[in-house]
Amino acid sequence: MTNKVAIIGVGIEGFRSSIRELSYKEMVYQAAVKAYSDAQVNPRDDVDTFISCEEDFNMGTSITDEYAPDQIGGAQRPVHTITGDGIQGMAAAYMQIKTGMFDIAVVEAQSRASDILTHNQIQHFALDPLYVRQFDATHHTAAALEKQIYLKRSNTSEDAVAEVAVKNHNNALFNPNAAYGIKATKQDILQSKMIATPLRSGEVSESADGAVVIVLASEKGIGNRDVDPVWINGISYATNSPNFHTRDWQTAKYAELCAKKAYEMASITNPKSQIDVFEIDDTYAFKELQHLEALGIYESGEAGKALLNGELGRKGSNPVNTSGGTIGMGNGHDVNGLQRVAEVVHQLRGHAGKRQISGAKTGLAFSWRGVPTTAGAIAVLGGN
Amino acid sequence: MDVRGKRLTLDEFMNTELSVKHYPEMEYNWATGVAITKFLKGLKNGKILGTYCNDCDRTVCPPRMFCEECFNPMNHYVKLPDTGVINTFSLAFIRTDATRREKAEIPAVIDIDGTSISPSGFLHLIDEDVSHDKIKIGMKVKAVWKDEKDRIGDITDIKFFELLEDD
Ligand SMILES: [Zn+2]
Repeated sequence: MTNKVAIIGVGIEGFRSSIRELSYKEMVYQAAVKAYSDAQVNPRDDVDTFISCEEDFNMGTSITDEYAPDQIGGAQRPVHTITGDGIQGMAAAYMQIKTGMFDIAVVEAQSRASDILTHNQIQHFALDPLYVRQFDATHHTAAALEKQIYLKRSNTSEDAVAEVAVKNHNNALFNPNAAYGIKATKQDILQSKMIATPLRSGEVSESADGAVVIVLASEKGIGNRDVDPVWINGISYATNSPNFHTRDWQTAKYAELCAKKAYEMASITNPKSQIDVFEIDDTYAFKELQHLEALGIYESGEAGKALLNGELGRKGSNPVNTSGGTIGMGNGHDVNGLQRVAEVVHQLRGHAGKRQISGAKTGLAFSWRGVPTTAGAIAVLGGN
Repeated sequence: MDVRGKRLTLDEFMNTELSVKHYPEMEYNWATGVAITKFLKGLKNGKILGTYCNDCDRTVCPPRMFCEECFNPMNHYVKLPDTGVINTFSLAFIRTDATRREKAEIPAVIDIDGTSISPSGFLHLIDEDVSHDKIKIGMKVKAVWKDEKDRIGDITDIKFFELLEDD
């Protein structure tokens, strides 16, 4: 036994702009049932550890983690919460299995954006209270500040940024789990309302409701289950200094840092040629390009050009966000990371339907925790 | 008691130049979903509903869409009586804003009759006019409902539970 860790089950409920007919627990249950059926596990007997990724203010309940167990089959079992992106939760599960004390781990994340009536206020509440929150600038303003400097530094065109949104909305048309499949055009994006220069509303992902549950297992945990494992070859996460006056506005440093570690683990020296499919954070359209460069897949200023050349499309050499990304799927906040992992799993298993990239063997999922954070998490996955 | 440091008045505490105030507006609108929607509609109609799990052979209240024990779906809704048993209770003298009540409110966990496990029911109130020394764990209670026209599909459609036993 080499103590490798694989994803053996994936379940998605949603994403839709709102899921009002199910409570959040019922929505998570639906995703969990699918994941356990895929993984051939009974959560009540087979799972050693459960991890739920959720945040109190997003869920509207303090100590919200206490409500996590029932709907994932974790009642009276070891359960804990990670207040962060799903890939951060997956990293915790990975490490638990690596200790040798656990063989099967479950990671769950969810978004109930439609339960929140004052979403901008909740986001605004994440800004530093002493000397940032006083300004009546929305959280999107932080993204606008970043975009401004990214465009200048990388000499990326607004056309390229708009084409990211166009590509991802169009990819989503081929994904039955996507909330925002739209036949968008560059003009739609460029003519959308200005939120804060240079950020337009058409470049911003809209919120969605949804849940993803994934099941991880050691080789021992897989045993003779009839499953289709996708191996975790590298996984990491990093946070830059988040303060507006100390963070690195020039680059997505967090992406650079966690990618370095994950590539090392997965023996990736040239991500562009060694990885076949990419699911990369695009909470704001420019972030897809900024992240591609920070992750070392393109040199600074080259991601936008590659996009305009068609390289990042479903028929291109480096397909990015075949799922539709966060722009096409909808912004699931804490669940975005697991959604990206789920898409890579579908691609590597050859189960991605009309959006299948033929011969995909290795995939990368990278998630950013959103405004105003400077936190990112990455997973490099492979078949065999 | 001698406490080290300087005692601040409320005015000093709230208005010192060393603090920053922020009053967030946080509003939510939670979807009640399949099972709790049925439960709340039942209350509006003066009924307490539970669900029965075939695999565990047990009835629980409030109803849920899935059984947390066996993880199978629960689709079988049953009407339960509006009587139950006090699982545990307390005489509460403090409100959520920390002000003091003269007359105690009496929160109690009620196990609803017809369910198969304990606890299986919900937190509610005992009639606050009963004499406190009468209330005992294990005592039978019955729901006192609001008038039908005042019921809105909420747990407060039951005003409180009254004691059935008298000793
Ligand atoms: Zn059961």
